[in-house]
Amino acid sequence: MHLSDLWFIAIAVLWAGYFVLEGFDFGVGILLPVLGRDQARRRIMINTIGPTWDGNEVWLLTAGGATFAAFPGWYASMFSAFYLPLLLILVALIIRGVAFEYRGKRGSAAWRRSWDTAIFVGSLLPAILWGVAFGNVLHGIPLNAAHNYAGNFFTMLNPYSLLGGLATLTLFILDGALFLALKTMGDLRREATTAARLSGAAAIVAGGGFLAWTEFSYRAAGHVATGVASVILAAAAAVALLVALAATLGWGLNGRGSEPREGLAFGAAAAGIATATAALFTALYPNVLPSTISTAYTLTTGNAASTAKTLAVMTVVACIFLPFVLAYQAWTYWVFRKRLGAPPQPAPAAEPPSPRAPEPRPPQAPEPQQPTAVR
Amino acid sequence: MTVLELSRWQFGITTVYHFLFVPITIGLGFFVAGFETAWIRTGHDRWLRLTKFYGRLFLINFAMGVVTGIVQEFQFGMNWSAYSRFVGDIFGAPLAIEALLAFFLESTFLGLWIFGWDRLPRPVHAACMWIAATGTLLSAYFILAANSWMQHPVGYHFNPITHREELTSFLAVMTNPEQLGTFPHTIAACFLVAGGLVTGIAVWHLLRRPAAGGEAAETTAAFRSAAKVGAITALVAAVGTMITGDVLGKLMTMYQPMKMAAAEALYHTAQPAPFSLFTIGTLNGSRPVFQITLPRLLSFLATGNFSGQVKGIDNIQALYAQVYGPGSYTPIIPVTYWSFRLMIGLGLATALIALVVLWSLRKGRVPVAARSMWSRLLLWAVIAMPFLPLAAMSVGWIFTEMGRQPWLVFGQMKTSAGVSANSAGEVLASVIILTLLYGGLAIVEGGLMFKYARAGLDAEEPAGPADGDQEPLALVY
Repeated sequence: MHLSDLWFIAIAVLWAGYFVLEGFDFGVGILLPVLGRDQARRRIMINTIGPTWDGNEVWLLTAGGATFAAFPGWYASMFSAFYLPLLLILVALIIRGVAFEYRGKRGSAAWRRSWDTAIFVGSLLPAILWGVAFGNVLHGIPLNAAHNYAGNFFTMLNPYSLLGGLATLTLFILDGALFLALKTMGDLRREATTAARLSGAAAIVAGGGFLAWTEFSYRAAGHVATGVASVILAAAAAVALLVALAATLGWGLNGRGSEPREGLAFGAAAAGIATATAALFTALYPNVLPSTISTAYTLTTGNAASTAKTLAVMTVVACIFLPFVLAYQAWTYWVFRKRLGAPPQPAPAAEPPSPRAPEPRPPQAPEPQQPTAVR
Repeated sequence: MTVLELSRWQFGITTVYHFLFVPITIGLGFFVAGFETAWIRTGHDRWLRLTKFYGRLFLINFAMGVVTGIVQEFQFGMNWSAYSRFVGDIFGAPLAIEALLAFFLESTFLGLWIFGWDRLPRPVHAACMWIAATGTLLSAYFILAANSWMQHPVGYHFNPITHREELTSFLAVMTNPEQLGTFPHTIAACFLVAGGLVTGIAVWHLLRRPAAGGEAAETTAAFRSAAKVGAITALVAAVGTMITGDVLGKLMTMYQPMKMAAAEALYHTAQPAPFSLFTIGTLNGSRPVFQITLPRLLSFLATGNFSGQVKGIDNIQALYAQVYGPGSYTPIIPVTYWSFRLMIGLGLATALIALVVLWSLRKGRVPVAARSMWSRLLLWAVIAMPFLPLAAMSVGWIFTEMGRQPWLVFGQMKTSAGVSANSAGEVLASVIILTLLYGGLAIVEGGLMFKYARAGLDAEEPAGPADGDQEPLALVY
């Protein structure tokens, strides 16, 4: 195996990690107006992803950086071709990132409503656009002899890629709903489970449809082995999503209906997203960005890669440091493993407690946690 | 405007803007970690209050640094794809490693710090800030190594078959002499910025209130400590910036003599060469109308010898035209001339204010609100104190990057050759959208920084971790 193949796999893993991790961040953001009926709920929802969303986003930056370093030709053509979609994604990620940090910084309700809208839009746009972008990568784009993009923004809005957008959207909502079901309690937890069932069904249709279409129409004619592997991975992803849906409905292997099994459901959905990403990358291989003008202009793991020297340096660095990164990210999730409670029935919940004033503690706070602001 | 011009404006706007938040993040992180450690070691409440106070400002600032940083990583590919193809084999690795080593550290451990007040033992909590702050240093190292490579490419060769630059020694790229000057210079300047911010806000609070007793005295003592730590840091950092800046000047003379000549608008080779503090009149090589010069100083800055020779713009232009072919190799002289002076002047002004602040704090003194001229002067000086070094850094970067023109990678690729084949409409759209968005966010961020800087230590009840509070501070946002 060439080092460039190894880095193709590494980039696939980074994207899979990004989609699983920021997928549930996006999902929580998209569900904010749906499940976050009042201020207290919205606050809990946002704080479930509070400690980790930024670390999750770094998976994207690492995927981008790794693409630049390992496949400069791919990075250059893809990022310049997807200029406007990436600009939209950037704007979305900017307002979303700032919104998390700033929404609690002033007391006024209008201030928070604006930032909550920013979180919603900033989550919704990338959740759709990443799918559209990946659809176009699989589908191929008009790359000319210089590997520059010869289409326009609307070239990218083909039905296959739009279905890709729908697939990532529904998958991320499922991911987010299950994360909320795992991290909250009470009504919010129950309603999140309901949202997971609905979005799970939609994700099976959209995601399954997108994978099937990929396998039938857009699988690169590479090796037989990768072709077979891609089909198997796509099937595994579909099975994982079915398991996730079944688990939200409380269908166990013993055949008895019981309580929803949130841990299993979340794990299965995450596995589904990861395997679906793997299926897409395997279908793409050995191409990295096909040209619809001529296959001669297609970028591959061969003609887009860095030198063996650079790839070797990168491999050494990744082998040494990636285990640490995984370990401390896992540790964060462990530190913040507790469910966030519904706040104790607030005094006439006309307006949320000011973030700057300590909230008066009710005499017998039944729930373990209440929104006490530190900042 | 052409795609090239628009792309350059966009890169300039987004980079200068991004770098307003970067130095504060790098410097202030260590202050916050230091304050928290002081609290753990001494048990004095004042250090905890300072930790929370400056920690809040740190996080408001950090959020902007993060989100504007994503744009930076993306626009190499979006706007400079020809450049990315040409140098990606060398330039990409530092960026990828920066994300893997630094961004994960910063984001994860700051998340732990923000939400972990009640979940983590005190030393572990403080360690999270130390680790995040170390992450910012790592980040700076890799991205500055990438930039230094553009100033002075090393450890590569040109492959005529693939038509691109390819890596021969990663170690050489990481230990580029240019980088060994640039990294400490930039980091010292970051501490100058953060020292200015910490001191400026602290002294401003001291000057706002008359001397008082009771609880107010405790607050006064806290701000006095912060002011002292900040001013000493700023002063040390200023000296560090000068020493490393001197080293960089000599490297610049060796590697990019045109930039050094452009810094002085020195058209004809001179030995010895003077340094002008100020020029009225055009800088186009004709005689200036009015000028204050310090004889022999440029010779010393450039060569370390008061009678050293400094090459002139016209001489280097003629030489480069021979080596690299016809064309202009001269940057925009008024920009390089004034940005170089402003950088030095603003940095020195900050150091001077730090000295004055230390004087005002001597032997247990506390500057207080008074109607005196001195008090009023000090007030304006400390209000300016966070902004001066920040402006110095901005113009410093403008000098570094504009002074390299027309090169994108010195001697290897011109800026005009690196741009993407996008349409002007697309790039115009992104320039407008990003500029408007950044402008709006500047108002929001500036407003929040001002609000929380003004609110002082009592902005919130100092809900200390593990002070018998049974309920974890789980909801922060």
